[in-house]
Amino acid sequence: MDLSFTPEQETFREEVRAFIQEAMPPHIREKAEKSGQFTMDEIMEWHRILYKKGWVAPHWPKEYGGAGFDAAQRFIFTEEMALAGAPGLSPFGLSMVGPLIMHFGTPAQKERFLPKILSGEEVWCQGYSEPNAGSDLASLKCKAEDKGDHFVVNGQKTWTTYGQYADWIFCLVRTDSSGKKQEGISFLLIDMKTPGVKVVPMLTIGGTPAFCDTYFEDVEVPKENLLGPQNGGWTLAKALLGHERTMIGGTGPLLRSLNNLKRIAAECPDGQGQTLADDPSWRRRAAALEMRYRAHEMVVLKQIAEQQAGRQPGPEASIMKIVGTTLGQQIDELTMDTMGLNSLNWFNDPPAVPPLQEWVGSNFCYNRATTIFGGSNEIQRNIMAKMLLGLPTLKFQAS
Amino acid sequence: MDLQYTEEQLMLRNTVADFVSRESPISRARKLHEDETGWEAAVWKQMGELGWLAFPFAESLGGFGGQFVDAAIIVEELGKALVPEPFVASIVTAGQALALAGNEQQQQNWLAPVLAGEATLAFAASEADNRYHIAERAGTTLDANGNGYILTGEKVWVDNGQAADTLLVTASGPDGLTLVAVEADRDGVERRTVKTIDGRRAAIIRFNGTPISADHIVGNPGDDTVALVDRVRDLGAAAACAEAVGVSQVAFDMTVEYLKTRVQFDVPIGAFQALQHRAVDMFIENELLRAATLAAALRVDEDDVSERHMAVSAAKKQLAVGGKFVAYQAIQLHGGIGITEEHDIGLYLKRMQALGVLFGDEAWHEARYADEPAFQAR
Ligand SMILES: Cc1cc2nc3c(=O)[nH]c(=O)nc-3n(C[C@H](O)[C@H](O)[C@H](O)COP(=O)(O)OP(=O)(O)OC[C@H]3O[C@@H](n4cnc5c(N)ncnc54)[C@H](O)[C@@H]3O)c2cc1C
Repeated sequence: MDLSFTPEQETFREEVRAFIQEAMPPHIREKAEKSGQFTMDEIMEWHRILYKKGWVAPHWPKEYGGAGFDAAQRFIFTEEMALAGAPGLSPFGLSMVGPLIMHFGTPAQKERFLPKILSGEEVWCQGYSEPNAGSDLASLKCKAEDKGDHFVVNGQKTWTTYGQYADWIFCLVRTDSSGKKQEGISFLLIDMKTPGVKVVPMLTIGGTPAFCDTYFEDVEVPKENLLGPQNGGWTLAKALLGHERTMIGGTGPLLRSLNNLKRIAAECPDGQGQTLADDPSWRRRAAALEMRYRAHEMVVLKQIAEQQAGRQPGPEASIMKIVGTTLGQQIDELTMDTMGLNSLNWFNDPPAVPPLQEWVGSNFCYNRATTIFGGSNEIQRNIMAKMLLGLPTLKFQAS
Repeated sequence: MDLQYTEEQLMLRNTVADFVSRESPISRARKLHEDETGWEAAVWKQMGELGWLAFPFAESLGGFGGQFVDAAIIVEELGKALVPEPFVASIVTAGQALALAGNEQQQQNWLAPVLAGEATLAFAASEADNRYHIAERAGTTLDANGNGYILTGEKVWVDNGQAADTLLVTASGPDGLTLVAVEADRDGVERRTVKTIDGRRAAIIRFNGTPISADHIVGNPGDDTVALVDRVRDLGAAAACAEAVGVSQVAFDMTVEYLKTRVQFDVPIGAFQALQHRAVDMFIENELLRAATLAAALRVDEDDVSERHMAVSAAKKQLAVGGKFVAYQAIQLHGGIGITEEHDIGLYLKRMQALGVLFGDEAWHEARYADEPAFQAR
């Protein structure tokens, strides 16, 4: 075992850094250095830049057009992107449905969908949750009727992140209501332009329309868009949740917010002639978070190594989700505290705080969601108690 | 010792609660998010007519001779529905500063109209550079100029600064820290309204060499004013805690109700023990906040500065720990719906967050507490 990077890996780091330096357009760089907040257009612009370089999917195998990085390279890549404040790419195609299509898709499906996910030509969103099926996902009601060569979909999905920008949605739908809830679910790929699909954006407590209600009224979906077996969608859903957990618990955004925290502290007066960064008690609070980050980072590295060795994420992935999300929220909380009265700011309307501080309040609010989505942290604990610790369940206890 | 509310106090609580549910349900606070003033003169006037604005002032000032505890009752009830009228800025901080240190003429000019619900005040002490050390540091200057003075500097995030008729401004003057009353519509006063995280408004206020006459200086500059501002800061912090008690109580109540009604896995989610325990922890934190706040409310009127500091700081710390825990968990247990702007629970999170930084945050109060000789005594 060896924790330090090899000379080749350090060379790779240099290569990534040089690429970012050279390829990042000035208007994106400016935001990367300040607010760290990007529009969908800017995110897709960066997506295409990475695509051209062949780096848009570091975790995809080469045969599908991925970068084919090994575990260490992927880690270095993520770290450098975070340090540069580069836009985070939309995960729904690249990290969610893409890998599922590789695993469960027919050759025709792979050929139809994967290249356009890579190129960014088609943007995806996730249609799992419904108003009455959140944690209890298997109770979903959105119905797909089998009409021979196609399905007809009726129902509602909700909290669909960035549904308003998506070309395609991957959905869990009910294709059978006769038996066990889990056994009548199928996984459908639906073109958002199909007649009968309606998307209604909603504001989050972060003040931005980050998710939507998505309605389906007599939406015709060809059979070739069924991923995996009919009524076998639950297996795919579970496979995806594993990926989602590791993704949400990832280190990139945490590293970035720790950096921001320090940069903000250096510009916040402590009220006694210095900045907060000079205040030993502030430094201890920040150090405590960074120390926890280090432990988390090591868990993530081990997890990447597991995947590298060809093993699917197991219940251990829940550790990443729980630790990553709560740590992220604690960093947000300390950043707000650090800003003092500037933390009262809401979208700098009109300008009252430095650019670096502009989005902190909004993110602090929105990021309360990280412990809710992708399987809430309570559900993660249920999974771990059962699958990892093998604790007994009472009859009335669900999931 | 007597920890029972009096008949009058219980009645006051009921009157305020009735008024709030009738006149200012949460939907009103939400509507006012779009308003540039952030509150309504007509409602302020009503509060004046109901006598609430006079409660904590001595009878000689036209008040009812009440204590801070009475003000805290009002603030807590207003907090439950996030009522945005500037009670704390006008009555608790700037109002008490005038009551404690102003002369008769000053009280007549600037305080009397407030008690009647015809004017409001703001306490302008925070600057970009002084953080929470408002009694210890003022970059704003008051310089002698002929018979009077001129005031120069900038105050930030002034609560009700956008609307107040009169501002009480701290400045470094020839004799040390000085409190100055400034009519807000004066030349040389530049106000910029800013939106805050809780949907309210505040102001960044610049004084560009604003002329100040000697009769606008409130109290004795120097040590007396340092002590006064320190006291006002404690009053403000104790009021923030009182409001947080209301905010936390409603967030808790809404959550327990939701646990009883939201069904997942074929049962109300409140049936899951993990969530039962969480709800009980919320209940505990809420009760601790209520208790610590009552101690602060009782001590804040006392002359023993050390006892006052410690009680107020302990309450403000509990706001940051327990009050925020309740707010965070309220969102968490609401799941996705708690993240929608449309649902009210998010408004309580945001108000709690704002209350956390008013008049000293967790770290500031912890440090002050640790520095108290009474704490260090063995
Ligand atoms: C910002 C945001 C973006 C989202 N994006 C998407 C998206 O793109 N696509 C999509 O399909 N969905 C999305 N979601 C939905 C998300 O997956 C759900 O919110 C989540 O699964 C929780 O479901 P719920 O909101 O119905 O809460 P509920 O399931 O009603 O849960 C409420 C509370 O009860 C707890 N709880 C429930 N069951 C148990 C139990 N058995 N034991 C202990 N505690 C329990 C939960 O942890 C939670 O705290 C998003 C949500 C948010 C907030």
